[in-house]
Amino acid sequence: MGHFGLPRLSLRFVPVWRRNFLVWRKLAIPSMLGNLADPMLYMLGLGFGLGALLPDVGGVPYLTFLAGGTVAYSTMNSATFETLYSGFSRMHVQKTWDAILNTPLTLDDVLLGEWLWATSKALLSGLAILAIVWVLGLEQSFTMSLWILPVVVLTGLCFAGMGLVMNAVSPNYDFFLYYFTLVITPMVLLCGVFYPVSQLPVALQAVSAFLPLTHAIELVRPLMLGRVPADVALHVGVLLAYGSVGFWLGLGLTRRRLLR
Amino acid sequence: MSVLKAQALRKRYDGLEVVAGVDLAVEKGECFGLLGPNGAGKTTTLRLLLGLIEPDAGTIELLGEPVPRRARQARRRVGVVPQMDNLDPDFTVEENLLVYGRYFGLGDRAIAARIPALLEFAGLAHRARARIPTLSGGMKRRLTLARALVNDPDVVFLDEPTTGLDPQARHLLWQGLRRLTAQGKTLLLTTHFMEEAERLCDRLAIMDRGRIIAQGTPRELIETHIEPFVVEIYGEQAGPWAEVFGSRLCRRLERAGESVFCYTDDGTALLENLRGHPALKVTHRPANLEDVFLKLTGRELRD
Repeated sequence: MGHFGLPRLSLRFVPVWRRNFLVWRKLAIPSMLGNLADPMLYMLGLGFGLGALLPDVGGVPYLTFLAGGTVAYSTMNSATFETLYSGFSRMHVQKTWDAILNTPLTLDDVLLGEWLWATSKALLSGLAILAIVWVLGLEQSFTMSLWILPVVVLTGLCFAGMGLVMNAVSPNYDFFLYYFTLVITPMVLLCGVFYPVSQLPVALQAVSAFLPLTHAIELVRPLMLGRVPADVALHVGVLLAYGSVGFWLGLGLTRRRLLR
Repeated sequence: MSVLKAQALRKRYDGLEVVAGVDLAVEKGECFGLLGPNGAGKTTTLRLLLGLIEPDAGTIELLGEPVPRRARQARRRVGVVPQMDNLDPDFTVEENLLVYGRYFGLGDRAIAARIPALLEFAGLAHRARARIPTLSGGMKRRLTLARALVNDPDVVFLDEPTTGLDPQARHLLWQGLRRLTAQGKTLLLTTHFMEEAERLCDRLAIMDRGRIIAQGTPRELIETHIEPFVVEIYGEQAGPWAEVFGSRLCRRLERAGESVFCYTDDGTALLENLRGHPALKVTHRPANLEDVFLKLTGRELRD
């Protein structure tokens, strides 16, 4: 019924983004700790602990191998949590979006603001892991590692877009557990965060090729090791496709949910 | 001059016509009340008028703009007080105003310049830095009203603005609304408090099952639709009394449980008769808007 028309994008999203930024600024320290402690501990714990037992993985020490995966994984988590739990609070619990819709803004503006906000938070999470990488000197070339930042943005857009779809169809917070169990956790295990995808059985490797986190890691890991990634256009294309289709579908479903 | 005009408005959900042909015209500077039982279609009508949802049929013009096509432009000059408070709980009182003003494209300086007057209007000048969870229900409502004024709107929509407030808080909010009409702002409010409608509104429309079933000033509605006096009779004997005398002494009679509502043009003979039945409790009063409302929409529950 016209809910799935193309998004009408404009700069009017800016006050929505700024609203979320102002809330974040007040809660920045606990929020950063919550977002970052988990991936950081995994990377350092497994990297040093398990790494000491392992020979080189993919030709580099395990901690270095793990760092590339962790940047992508931390970015994914951050974008996902923001669009699922925080987004749902604003949409459903606090009715913040309803309040905004009574002003000259439209739902398209609200969702664009949320999409870019979640991407901003994802960038921050990716950046925090990168900062540790830089401090530990894990990168092969600092200049090359800077190219990881645009990849992190793209990864954020991808998972924030997907998260908006889940948010739009969720009846309550518990529903998100399905998404984590059925989508996010399998992705962490199948996309090469902790070990190379080539270690998986062929059938699982085929599944992995369709999952967006694989493509994020295929871009981040070579850049971390100072190399130009292979098949850049393919990986960028997959991330963009998941992100933009996710945003379009999430917007359509949210229009159907709220504008009826 | 009409600031809001709706013609033949219709909206259907899953086969049920929630708004079934509504015509409305709200004049500049008046307070217009939309009354109706729960589920009458009041909130859906407001959402249609604001351009948040598309009507299945009909036309809307709000502040000269066709809605929903140019609803965004119309909403620049509209304020909305929703039924449920949706203030930002993470912000202070003044941050709520600042952030909301930005949604209208206002600059921070322009908003900051308006905040003291808005806080004064809401009686919250001493609570500018307070966080929302620390405010009482009445304070939150007043802040929601102040927030709706951040863009200095010409029209303010209020959806059941005093539901859930205690009498003190309600009277304070009414004072605020009167100040707005005194400033020349147009108000469109929905309510099911007859007292609120009677005190605040210049004109009213009573809505039921998606249609407007009566329209006029509160006085016109009472004069047109109902007898001037009501005698309420309570007690176990009220029913038996009504069987015997009701049709002779009342022009119209309604029963609800053990109560009998007897509508008359002149209650002299009726009151004379009731003096002979001391077991009955009797209240004699002029008919009011609530009587009109109950007559037109019925006494059965609407949930």
